[in-house]
Amino acid sequence: MEKKSFVSIADCSKEDILHLIRKAEFFEQHPNQKLLEGKVCATLFFEPSTRTRLSFETAVNRLNGKVIGFSDAATTSSSKGETLKDTIKMVSNYADVIIMRHYLEGAARYASEVTNMPVINAGDGANQHPSQTLLDMYSIYKTQGRLNNLTITMVGDLKYGRTVHSLLTGMSHFNPTFCFVAPEELRLPDIYKQFMDKNGIRYREHTDFSPEVINQSDILYMTRVQRERFTDLMEYEKVKNVYVLNNKMLDDSKENLRILHPLPRVNEIAYDVDDNPKAYYFEQAKNGVYARQAIICHVLNIN
Amino acid sequence: MEKKKELHVAALENGTVIDHIPSDQVFKVVSLLEIQNLQTQVTIGYGLDSKKMGKKGILKIADKFFEEDEINRISLIAPSVKLNIIRDYEVVEKKLVHLPDELLGLVKCNNPKCISNCEPIKSNFKIIDKEAVTLKCHYCEMQTKKEDIVLL
Repeated sequence: MEKKSFVSIADCSKEDILHLIRKAEFFEQHPNQKLLEGKVCATLFFEPSTRTRLSFETAVNRLNGKVIGFSDAATTSSSKGETLKDTIKMVSNYADVIIMRHYLEGAARYASEVTNMPVINAGDGANQHPSQTLLDMYSIYKTQGRLNNLTITMVGDLKYGRTVHSLLTGMSHFNPTFCFVAPEELRLPDIYKQFMDKNGIRYREHTDFSPEVINQSDILYMTRVQRERFTDLMEYEKVKNVYVLNNKMLDDSKENLRILHPLPRVNEIAYDVDDNPKAYYFEQAKNGVYARQAIICHVLNIN
Repeated sequence: MEKKKELHVAALENGTVIDHIPSDQVFKVVSLLEIQNLQTQVTIGYGLDSKKMGKKGILKIADKFFEEDEINRISLIAPSVKLNIIRDYEVVEKKLVHLPDELLGLVKCNNPKCISNCEPIKSNFKIIDKEAVTLKCHYCEMQTKKEDIVLL
């Protein structure tokens, strides 16, 4: 049987994505299944990420699988200097699937090449976090009833935000129109613009987070502007409160608009937005469990 | 009267002549092709006058015929070299080098947080734009432009 891993959203075809979304939909209707009975799933978190780990472990538990693993590399042999390869080889003897988060970019790709077990990337440094992308896309699909022909506005840190880059890649199969709203220092890198130009994807860039931009959007994807990304702290002070969404700004937005955020948020979405029916970020996190159930079954060839 | 000594470079009977190497890349080409490990006769020309290039380098390697993927390794630093394949004192074939689709263990990834810089593994790049020479790291997916390429 062919070994499948789930390392980067760029590896997924349009059909793969649609297949996974249909599976996630199925798991939302039937979350508790015995599909992983007798299977051991390793969650190797070389860098702590409580939210992602709990989401994956919930997915495994709901499917009746068993979980082994660690939540911090400080308690493992890698702190004694063991290579990633050796750790992965060792765990491959115990588990049926490896779910890993690592602080180095490319770690999951490398891991998938040194083991015969399927590897699921739960985040590799600033590079990829494909299960987040799938849950974002599932959330878009659920709230809009489709993935095709949507206007998606991304706000905040578009330079370093890996969720932004991956969502852009994943949505590129579905004829989107993108609006990018970011300060000059955190603009979308050129390589993504070249990618969109090559694939005939429409996009606009703004530095102003204006009602006009909001009012034409179907999806508003907010991200956090992080202080540590700025070389010039004066610049940070200038922009930190500019890309903040409050309830008033949604007055004339489209009926079908939904607000997404990969979480955690700091101040980029005011608390008065939380009660607006267009706020979707908490349900979005819940969709993560279904998306991850779909991914785990997919790599294990469980249909 | 002292007889003047002249350096005599014999014509190759069999082997490969690599011509039109940018002068400043000659020794890099030598090391990429691991010519220092060969047991045959090698002539290395450096700083030679060239109408086209100003200064050029040339390598004459006896009894050595390179495989396609072996010689293509130099295409990154010397894209316009010309290869003459010599058999029995005659040029039997002329070849150019081509940028391969993949570069293994040749280029350093410029991302300090890339796994290829932290574990004992060969770097691995896919060439995503042959004309502009843009590389993409197989591991961290970061792109490297031609001017930023650092050889290992």
